[in-house]
Amino acid sequence: MAHASLETRENRRAWGFVTPALLWTIAFFVIPFIVMAAISLATRKGREIVMAWNFDNYIEFFEKAHLLKGLFVSLEITFTVTLISVILAYPLAWIIAERVPQKWQRMALIMAILPFWTSYVVRSYSWLLVLAQNGVINNSLVYLGVISEPLELASTRSATVIGFVHFFVMLLTLTIYANLVQMPPNYRRAAADLGANGFQVFWHVVLPLTLPGIMVGAFLTFVLCIGDYITPQILGGNNELALPQVIMLQLGRRADFPMAATLSIILMGVVTLAYIACARWLRMERT
Amino acid sequence: MFRHVSTGKTRNKFLGSAATFILGAVAMAQSAHATEELNALVWCDHTDPALIAPFEEKYDVKVNLKEYEGTGAGLSIIEQSRPGDWDVFVIDGVDVHRAVEMDLLAEIPADALPTSDLFSDVVMPENNVVDGKTYAVTEKFGYNTISFDKTKVDPKDMEDMSVIWSDKYAGRIAVYDYYLPVIGLVGLGLGIDTADLDADDMDAIKEKLFAMKKASKQVGEVVSSQTALATGEVDILVGGGEWITAVLSEDKPNLDWVIPKQGGLRWAQSIAVMKDSEKPDLALKFVQYIMSPEGQARLATSSCYWGMPANAKAGENLTDAQKAALRWDDQAGYLKNSQLYPIPDADLDAEMQDAWVEMLQQ
Repeated sequence: MAHASLETRENRRAWGFVTPALLWTIAFFVIPFIVMAAISLATRKGREIVMAWNFDNYIEFFEKAHLLKGLFVSLEITFTVTLISVILAYPLAWIIAERVPQKWQRMALIMAILPFWTSYVVRSYSWLLVLAQNGVINNSLVYLGVISEPLELASTRSATVIGFVHFFVMLLTLTIYANLVQMPPNYRRAAADLGANGFQVFWHVVLPLTLPGIMVGAFLTFVLCIGDYITPQILGGNNELALPQVIMLQLGRRADFPMAATLSIILMGVVTLAYIACARWLRMERT
Repeated sequence: MFRHVSTGKTRNKFLGSAATFILGAVAMAQSAHATEELNALVWCDHTDPALIAPFEEKYDVKVNLKEYEGTGAGLSIIEQSRPGDWDVFVIDGVDVHRAVEMDLLAEIPADALPTSDLFSDVVMPENNVVDGKTYAVTEKFGYNTISFDKTKVDPKDMEDMSVIWSDKYAGRIAVYDYYLPVIGLVGLGLGIDTADLDADDMDAIKEKLFAMKKASKQVGEVVSSQTALATGEVDILVGGGEWITAVLSEDKPNLDWVIPKQGGLRWAQSIAVMKDSEKPDLALKFVQYIMSPEGQARLATSSCYWGMPANAKAGENLTDAQKAALRWDDQAGYLKNSQLYPIPDADLDAEMQDAWVEMLQQ
């Protein structure tokens, strides 16, 4: 009896702790998601929204090349940004963790996350100034005689990728650094004792042990990058539209909430797939 | 490479800006204690403190302004608001009927407006009057045509619309990101009057839109288009006009605009009182202020973009230089060689917007 009542009390306590978070999630995620999913099954007829309860918007998405292209543009940009960010962030994190004296590491990390302290929009516009025809890069290259005509840097996909990479390299540096400093130095010493050279130690010991940090950082990069509207809008020059931009067009210009909801659900689906792949990989790593 | 120029003109500008800032700050401080508030959904030209502050002071009211671009965006904001949230609505003249059909606008007593003072060509009852009732009044107008840097392109080339989809200036063209005027312009270039534009024309228009996109460097909203032209990022702006270049006339005399031989698009913005406004009298007073010669002169030379005032009496409050930048004396010819925006039904509108997104994705 006493055991049962203790269990009940513990259950109640547990529910007491969980309930606020649960209610929060239900109110601000589950219910809005259900509403959004329901709206995605409606149809915009003329200037009216009709609850049709069909999948016409989803079919239209796959039938209309300019809508589908939004997803491909988003995926291409996101994979490019993630790959470049990992390639740049890993050596940076390694240098901070391994080569910077411990007393300077905190300062180095602060320097690394400085870009996070500025507004996202301001940062994107700053890049526009840097990459513009009369911007810092072109002016410098022309002044040094490297080029005679300014390069087309702004209003391109490259500009969008540069803007993203600047931000996400810092994010990935932090996750990889956290992984590197947690790794006991004995592992590397043991590998060296067994005859491994520097590269073999890195390839067979350090890299596999830091892969979880890379994967977590890469997943965060993927999620934040694929859902971002500001950077491609400011730096891309509307020369191609990523999926969030296509969603904003449905909302801002057409008031086509059903199609906007459909595209948002598809975007969520892509992010969910990325999460499942990442989570499965991390589970496999642990087993 | 960089020059620092300090002239009397610069100092005067600085002092002028400082004075404007101080006046704006004082007006803001005063409006913070205003007894009433008025909510207006407007285009960016109405957000100039020099335009709004005199009304706020006179009526001891705080005017809350929300700016938008494109009727779709404005209607989208209204659909997401509660009835009564908005008191005043600035809308594309051609879309007044659409707003009336949606039962958004209140009737304005005809005798409350200075209709007889307006340029007769821009009274446009076909826009503002529905079933004999006046729902809005034209407040400002201008042209969507071709703006350019006359020191970098041959002005003669700009007189033919086909230049915007040719390769001659490839990579030096920006396109104003508003589908209606640009599709209308492309239609004019193909010899299709805006009033006759229908779904059958869309294939030909799309072909030229895609060619134009291929030759263009960017497609952007007002500020980025203006910046691109002003900074030399591009030399031509499709969809531009006096509203882009006039505001820069003092600092950038190299910028010009032209109505090509095929014609241009005439934009006209109307101002209306919202039907569900809880302050209809105050909202009407705001409309009357905007339509007064003083309000019209301030609106015409607003900091966001310039445009011709609908009220001819505004000329008394404009300087000769401002009138010259607005091409005050050339309006008769311009009005003759320009057409109103296309007025698509819901299906054609959707088709046009699809074509626009397709163009962006090229």
